[in-house]
Parts: sequence; C-alpha cells; structure tokens
Amino acid sequence: METSIGLLVAAPLLGAAVLLCGGRRLDRVGHWVGTALAAASFVLAAVLFADMLGREADERSLHQHVFSWIPVGGFQADVAFQLDQLSMTFVLLITGVGTLIHVYSIGYMEHDERRRRFFGYLNLFLAAMLLLVLADNYLLLYAGWEGVGLASYLLIGFWQHKPSAATAAKKAFIVNRVGDIGLSIAIMIMFSTFGTFAFGPVLDSVGETGEGTATAIGLMLLLAACGKSAQVPLQSWLGDAMEGPTPVSALIHAATMVTAGVYLIVRSGAIFEAAPTAQTAVVTVGAITLLFGAIVGCAKDDIKKALAGSTMSQIGYMVLAAGLGPIGYVFAIMHLVTHGFFKAGLFLGAGSVMHGMNDEVDMRRYGGLRKYMPITFVTFGLGYLAIIGFPGLSGFFSKDKIIEAAFARGGTEGWILGGAALLGAAITAFYMTRVMLMTFFGEERWRNAPAPSPERPDVEPVAQGGGEYEVPRPHESPRSMTVPMIVLAFGSVFAGGLFSWGDAFVNWLAPVTTFEHGHPPISAATVTAATVVALLLGVGLAWLQYGRKPVPVVAPRGSLLTRAARRDLLQDDFNHVVLVKPGEYLTRGLVYLDHTVVDGVVNGTAAAVGGLSGRARRLQNGYARSYAVSMFGGAAILIAATLLMRAV
Amino acid sequence: MNPVNYLFLAALLFTIGASGVLLRRNAIVVFMSIELMLNAANLALVTFSRMHGNLDGQIIAFFTMVVAAAEVVVGLAIIVTIFRSRHSASVDDAGLMKL
Repeated sequence: METSIGLLVAAPLLGAAVLLCGGRRLDRVGHWVGTALAAASFVLAAVLFADMLGREADERSLHQHVFSWIPVGGFQADVAFQLDQLSMTFVLLITGVGTLIHVYSIGYMEHDERRRRFFGYLNLFLAAMLLLVLADNYLLLYAGWEGVGLASYLLIGFWQHKPSAATAAKKAFIVNRVGDIGLSIAIMIMFSTFGTFAFGPVLDSVGETGEGTATAIGLMLLLAACGKSAQVPLQSWLGDAMEGPTPVSALIHAATMVTAGVYLIVRSGAIFEAAPTAQTAVVTVGAITLLFGAIVGCAKDDIKKALAGSTMSQIGYMVLAAGLGPIGYVFAIMHLVTHGFFKAGLFLGAGSVMHGMNDEVDMRRYGGLRKYMPITFVTFGLGYLAIIGFPGLSGFFSKDKIIEAAFARGGTEGWILGGAALLGAAITAFYMTRVMLMTFFGEERWRNAPAPSPERPDVEPVAQGGGEYEVPRPHESPRSMTVPMIVLAFGSVFAGGLFSWGDAFVNWLAPVTTFEHGHPPISAATVTAATVVALLLGVGLAWLQYGRKPVPVVAPRGSLLTRAARRDLLQDDFNHVVLVKPGEYLTRGLVYLDHTVVDGVVNGTAAAVGGLSGRARRLQNGYARSYAVSMFGGAAILIAATLLMRAV
Repeated sequence: MNPVNYLFLAALLFTIGASGVLLRRNAIVVFMSIELMLNAANLALVTFSRMHGNLDGQIIAFFTMVVAAAEVVVGLAIIVTIFRSRHSASVDDAGLMKL
C-alpha cells in the first residue's frame, strides 16, 4: 500500500504533462483524459482510505520514500510521502471535489477552443495540491505550495485576452509570493535550528528550542498561510481571482489553494502550541478576516465576488479554529471539508446561473430564476442552507463547534473571539440570503434591465465582442454540469451530520492533530441557541431588505460602509497608498540614480577615453615630415636630458 | 686656425639639413638634406678626432660614408619606384600606410 501513495500525485501530473505537451491532436479527447486521471486519483484515494480504516488508529500513518532529492552532506532533502488521517482527509476532498469540478468543466468549457489546455492546468493544480498535503517534509511541501501558486496563476489568467484577467492573475501570483517568502524563511529557520525539515523531527523537538524560535517560525508560517488562504492582510487577490472561469473559482475556493494555509497551520500545530504569541496572531487574523470577508460579501453585486467574500470569511473561521490549538484543529478541518462541499456547490451553481444568463454576473440583473433553473435552484439552495449553518445541515455542525471552541478559549479573549464568530454567523446568514433572494426570487429583473453602461468597470460587458445587449433566456444547464452540483448538494446536506455521528470525525483525526474538549464559559446548548438566533436574525434582516422590497436594477449609492465594502473595504487603496506608491517612488528614485550616478560614471569614463583618443589620433596624420618632427623633438629632449644629468 | 670653427660649420650644416628634411616635400631634396646632416656629423667627428689627437672619430667617419653610400643606393631605388607608380616624388603623397 505504501508504494501507491506516489501514484496519487503521479496520475494528475501525468495528465498535465500529456495534455500540455500533447498538442492539438488531443483537443478532442483532452477533457476526458484529464477527468479520467483525476478520477483515477480519487479511486486510488478511496482504496487507500478503505485500507486505512481497516487498521488500528496508531498504525494508520503510511510512509513512502521515493528518492533522495538533494543529498548534500548534512542537508538531506527527500521526496517522501506521508499519508496519515489528516493527509487522507485532504486527499479525498481534493480528488473528490476536484473530479466533480473536472466533470462540470466538460460542460462549462464546451465552447472554449482551449479546453484541453484548461484541463491540463486543472490536473496540474490537483497534482501540486496533492504534493502539498502528502509531503512528509516542509521542503517538499514548499514545492507543492509553489506549484499551487503557478497553477492558480495559469487558471485565473486563463482568459488572458481580457486585460482584467491577466492583471488578476499577476496580482494573485505576486500577493502569494509575499506569503511564500514567509514559508521559505520559516523553512530556513527550521533547517538552521533543527538541521532538518521533516515533519516528525521538527514537530517533536520544537518544544525544546525555546519560545523565541518557535514564535519566529510560527509567525512566518502564518504569513505563508495568509498569502495562500487569502487572510488579512494578504487577502486582496481573492476577489480579483474571480476573473478566472467559474470552475477554477470553485476549485480554488473549495478543494485547493485556500485550504493550503489551514492545512499548514494544523500540520504545524506543535510549533504554534510552543509559541502562544504566534497562536494569538493566528486567531486574531482569523477573527478579523471572518468579519472582513463577511462585510465585503454583503456589498457585492457580482455573484462570484459575493461568494469570494464568503470564502474569505469561512476560511477565517478555519484559521480561527486552527489557532485555538487542540480544541480547534479537528473542527477547522471539519469545517474545511464541509465548506469544500457547499462552497464548491455554490460556485458551480453560480457558474450554472451565469451559463444560462449570457455570462451575466450582476445579481441585480437576475431575479426569479427558480422557475427556469430548478436543479440549480435546489442544489444552490441546499448549499445556501448549509453555509449559513441551518440546523441539521453540514455547515451547522462544523461552524457551531468552532464558535463553541472560540468561547472555550476562556477569558476576555474567548468572549471577543466567540462574539466575533457569532457576529460572523449572523452576517453570513445575511449576505447569503441576499444572494439567494436576488438570484432566485423576486421579479424577473433581467427582462427589462437596461444595457450595462460602460462607466461601470466592475460589471463585465454582457455580450463578448462588444455586440448589442440581448435579453438573456435563462435555461437549465446540461447534465454534465448539474450532476456534480447534485452530488455536492448531497455532501452539503449530509457530510456534517455524518462527521458528527458519534464524534466520528474527531476520533478519526485526533491521533494526528490531538484533541481536547473545550470548556466554554456558557453551556454548549446556549452557544447553539445563540448561533441559531444569530442566523435567524441575519436571514430576517436580509428578507426585510431584499425579499419584501423590490431590488433596484441599478445599485443605489449606499452608505459609507456599503461603498467601502464594494471596494473590498479599501484593501486595494490601502495597498496602493502603503505599498505601491512608496514602491513606485523608490523605483523612480533608483532609476534616477541609475541614470545620473551609475550611467554618469560609466558614460563619463567612456567620453573621457574617447576624447583623449580623438586627440591622440591626430598625431597619426600620415605625413612623414610630422613624424620626423616628433623624432627630432624626442631626440632633442633626450640629448638635453642627458646633458642636464651630466651637468648635475 | 681654431678647430672650433669647424664645429660651428658642422652645426650650421646639420641645421640646414634638418630644416630641409622637415620642410621640403620633394623626396629627392629630403634625401639630399639627410646627406647634408650625415656629412655635418662626419665633419664634427673628424674635428673632434683632430682636437683630441686620436683616430677613432676618423674611423667612424669612414663607416658613416660607407653606410651613407649603401643607404643612398637603397633609398634612391625606393624613390624611383614610388615615382614610377605614383608619378610624384612628394613625401606627403605617400600616405597609404595610414589608416
């Protein structure tokens, strides 16, 4: 069984290689090849999972050493895989949801002539993410980490003919690079402290190195997680990443990429436990992001961007839980998995809506779509109920546990974190209800909507190629798109309950991540009741504003907060003023210095030498008589000098 | 007669020869001026020989004459060849070696 772990990564990697190198002759079968290899990886993962279940809890971890990557003296970098319960959970999520998204993309990308390439990139994405979660050391994890960054860049910028997509891809890549620096510094500190970067030795001995080192590593890992998981302050790329095709958004938000940060924090739990300061930083980042994302999600009219805000917020929950230590790790991962189901379902639903609406993304131009897209409506609705934490559905179980764990941190901190998580739950209910009402209920605003004005850059032109605006004719999507949505809807409904049945998920993960029962200052039932009240409050408010009253087609000006939230709470303006402008001034200053000082010295030397040689050249005039004069002068000077010397 | 006067004459002849080399363009005249300089040097050598009472200077003067004769042979041959090909004996025209 050990020897087949590598195949999990190899299958999608092979797909990427074949599809990207195979050329146009694979255009007709490319999507089947890509989907088949993703599915093969999933089947293998399922087999390994069944095998793992058959063993005792402490014998479940598998290990495969493939080859020594860089063996140089004391520096041993191995390509070695480790498949334990935590990795297994991720592998199943990545390959399962990933395969569904592959199937969905067959229909969604049907009319795109670069579909083969798209599937190649999707496979590359899966392979990189699998490498990340299967690595048994930080260096190999880093390789997967970078691979994920590359694949996200390629996919976000897949429609590179759109300048906005190209820019968004670059933005995602650059913001991720900032986080990557954190990870590479963390790995360097690890190597200089422990002399290795394998998970086992590092995590076992981190408690003995002193808090300073642990804090440094922890903070650097947090920076890395912030970049990949779009947490404040490196969250700005996530909204723009919506420029990619919708399946990509689903893949990034549900199965790959943003979950990597949570994985890193949970995997490195021992480091954070040895560094309380870093842990506090993690929960702070989580709490801020969960509110930040939720507020942004409330103001967006673009359905995908509203969902992107929601992802940011939900990942905030996971990071918060991961920062709580052993009382939270399991619930962070549990929420990650349930979130994987319902967020993938919601994104695929959004893609299906866009598919039927001429790629319109402005929810103010939707309305009343439930009659035209019944399957999308039902699956999206179930995902909606799951994400707001409707009792009995997936999100309820995982989110409720996180809120409970946040309260259980104890003291003022516990109250603040718990309060933030509760508030986040209310806001989540509000913005998701808003999305739901604006899309599927109310009057059919798309019938009489005016053509979008070009002054609004946040609204994509409807008909590509600058044609006339035509009224969309909503219709249900093809089978290949609806089937994955139905499967994911099942996951959204039942996964949470299944995981909580007899604490199955806790018992499954506890040997790897360790688990402690938290003791919240208020009873668990009270927390659950408060969560449900918060949820009803959010839904009610949203219904008052968007259900009872008609939704205007053109967005009203809104309050100051709304306008700020529409601009992602000024994150880009902040980055522009704090980072971009000083950077620009710095580069301009450096260019000026380069032009004047460096170029001045170089050009000055050249000019001086050139001028001197110009003068010297005149001596060489080709007239024998002038040479004779020089000879004469030289001889005269020599004789004069000799005589002078003799006289002295 | 004071031998120093011969030295003055030699200096005068040398100066005339040098000016001829530097100022004239005709290769033949330049050549003749060079002969003049050589002979001025010879005169000076012979004079010094006489003044110091040994024969070294006179022997060197003979050497100079022999070398000068050989030089004239070669030099005139070159000048004649140049004149044939370029129809001019001006030293300023012979600038082909200059870049």
